[in-house]
Amino acid sequence: MNWSKLLNIALRALLTNKTRSVLTMLGVIIGVWAVIMLMAIGQGLQNYVTDQFEQFGANNIFIAPGELFGEEGGGFQSDEQMAANLLANTLEYEDINAIRKMRQYVKAVTAFSVNSAEVSYKKNTEKSSIVGVNHDYATITSTKPIKGKFFDKAMEEKKEAVVFLGYQITKDLFGDVDPVGKKILIKNRDYTVIGVGEKVGGGFGGPSFDQYVFIPITNWFELFDSKLVIRVMAAIKSEELTDGAIKEIEKYFLKRLKADEFSVFKQEDILKIIDQILGALTAGLGGIAAISLVVGGIGIMNIMLVSVTERTREIGLRKAIGATPKVILIQFLIESVVLSILGGLIGVLIAEMMTYFVKRFIPAEVTWSAVVLAFGVSAAVGIIFGVYPARKASQLSPIEALRYE
Amino acid sequence: MTQPVLVLKDISKVYRLGEEDLYALNQVSLTINEGEFLAVVGPSGCGKSTFLHIASLLDYPTQGIIQIKGMDTMDYTEPERARLRNREIGFIFQQFNLLAKTNAIDNVALPLVYAGDGKKDRERRAREMLEQVGLGDRLSSTPSQLSGGQQQRVAIARALVNQPSLIFADEPTGNLDSRSGEEIKKIIIKLNNEGKTIVMVTHDREIAKIAKRIVALADGRVVSDRPTKWARKTL
Ligand SMILES: Nc1ncnc2c1ncn2[C@@H]1O[C@H](COP(=O)(O)OP(=O)(O)OP(=O)(O)O)[C@@H](O)[C@H]1O
Ligand SMILES: [Mg+2]
Repeated sequence: MNWSKLLNIALRALLTNKTRSVLTMLGVIIGVWAVIMLMAIGQGLQNYVTDQFEQFGANNIFIAPGELFGEEGGGFQSDEQMAANLLANTLEYEDINAIRKMRQYVKAVTAFSVNSAEVSYKKNTEKSSIVGVNHDYATITSTKPIKGKFFDKAMEEKKEAVVFLGYQITKDLFGDVDPVGKKILIKNRDYTVIGVGEKVGGGFGGPSFDQYVFIPITNWFELFDSKLVIRVMAAIKSEELTDGAIKEIEKYFLKRLKADEFSVFKQEDILKIIDQILGALTAGLGGIAAISLVVGGIGIMNIMLVSVTERTREIGLRKAIGATPKVILIQFLIESVVLSILGGLIGVLIAEMMTYFVKRFIPAEVTWSAVVLAFGVSAAVGIIFGVYPARKASQLSPIEALRYE
Repeated sequence: MTQPVLVLKDISKVYRLGEEDLYALNQVSLTINEGEFLAVVGPSGCGKSTFLHIASLLDYPTQGIIQIKGMDTMDYTEPERARLRNREIGFIFQQFNLLAKTNAIDNVALPLVYAGDGKKDRERRAREMLEQVGLGDRLSSTPSQLSGGQQQRVAIARALVNQPSLIFADEPTGNLDSRSGEEIKKIIIKLNNEGKTIVMVTHDREIAKIAKRIVALADGRVVSDRPTKWARKTL
């Protein structure tokens, strides 16, 4: 007996019972589909968030008030901590100049402050995030104008009332009108539009960068009558220098602040944590879905047991005319494995197709690991849940099986 | 003298029924030579089917020795017995035992599948066998499309396809009307005339008469074993 013959026998048995075979597969199809879909969505989310942070460049360093990472560096802080840290207001504008002076490391630096206010052009009014940054912000974050330009050092020093608009807010305010040179009102003060950013999407879970309105930070301090700096971003000369730069900046802040009153971190640190959290989320989703795969496996076992009982006489006949117990075992095992693998394949296909459509609305990506996992588990399910019925069939005594009514 | 095809020595089969032992077969010894046609007869419950199952290696005796073509089968494992059945024994059952939803040619070819023969060989041989039993035009009919007599003929073709040394038939006409029964009888006679060794179990004395030797059982013992022409008077 070779494998192709055994496969042939098993396939024939499955084909003589098409409806049942399909219904049995349904459990596995749904299980595999669920595993892949959920993992695809988890992975898509992870990719999406990671992309957002990657836009900031690998050699950028962030400085934030308070402790961004927990003691062991794992997980974000709680909401209460976050709020407390924001209010803590430990960063000062003077820090920018000090960091800028670390010339062996730092290429450019910018403060980052944000507050919301109404922005209007003629009759259009939008509530928007007003972001105050230094002129180097554009180079640090690779912000590219599609029209006009970002404000320069001179404008910053002169605290000029100029504004660089995000892609979406421009659309909302101006429609098809060319905004460059036009005047808009922020908190009822006149600002001149000098440029519009390209579409970037995203934003750290908050509003999209495309909704942001950028003004020189010097002007922002006056507009909001505040000295608040919520972030400092620095571009380091090269990626290799980032760790040295972090140490140097930490040394600087420790002169004035306690270790838990500020955080200095690089893009990689954030990405690691995002990977951790979203990776765990994806695995969790996959795990939950895997339960349905096990249920599908139990469905296979159920049907195979029914099948063995129903086909007792057939098994007896096969044994009488020369099938060895092993051949019967393998025949039934192949039947359940074929059901589960075929179900797995169909599940993968449906998941791929649905992901293709879902992608338009939410980020989703079918990963090889999800496919291999779902497929492997479904094949394993077929074997594990197929063994018991198959053993039962193989151990039937030929004469008792033949006599079975 | 040719070697006997089947030798049974002191075969007993005991079923435990509660406290009592039931001897379905009691010290049965028989020798069957090549080309013989044997009918095993006796009243219901005398042990005919038990005899057939044990002699054909479907069941184990409680005691005794079974030799097939000189091979002592008593220490054979189940896979070895399965292979021996596959090569040396053909079965004809009262209820035909064909695979449902499977056409005649595939049903007939099934023993060849377990023998490991290639697809082309299987189909050629199965077709030949079906032609021999007069079903050359019904190769792709499934059992539900065939009459009882035709189904039994498919089963006979299946029993012959591996060219076994021994054919066992348990009430081969038991499920058939008298006309189909006659057809099957003719085929079995023809097979024996062509040299096949046949062991047939029946409770019907008329059918037993087609055999050349009749063994009568009663309460699990052989009570008579003679050529048909002499047995006729006692039957
Ligand atoms: N599995 C079993 N367990 C217990 N007793 C059994 C079993 N099989 C058969 N017997 C008993 O053994 C005896 C012989 O049975 P067997 O089936 O061989 O009779 P038979 O001659 O074929 O009868 P029939 O002509 O009715 O088919 C009977 O008394 C029967 O009840
Ligand atoms: Mg019987």
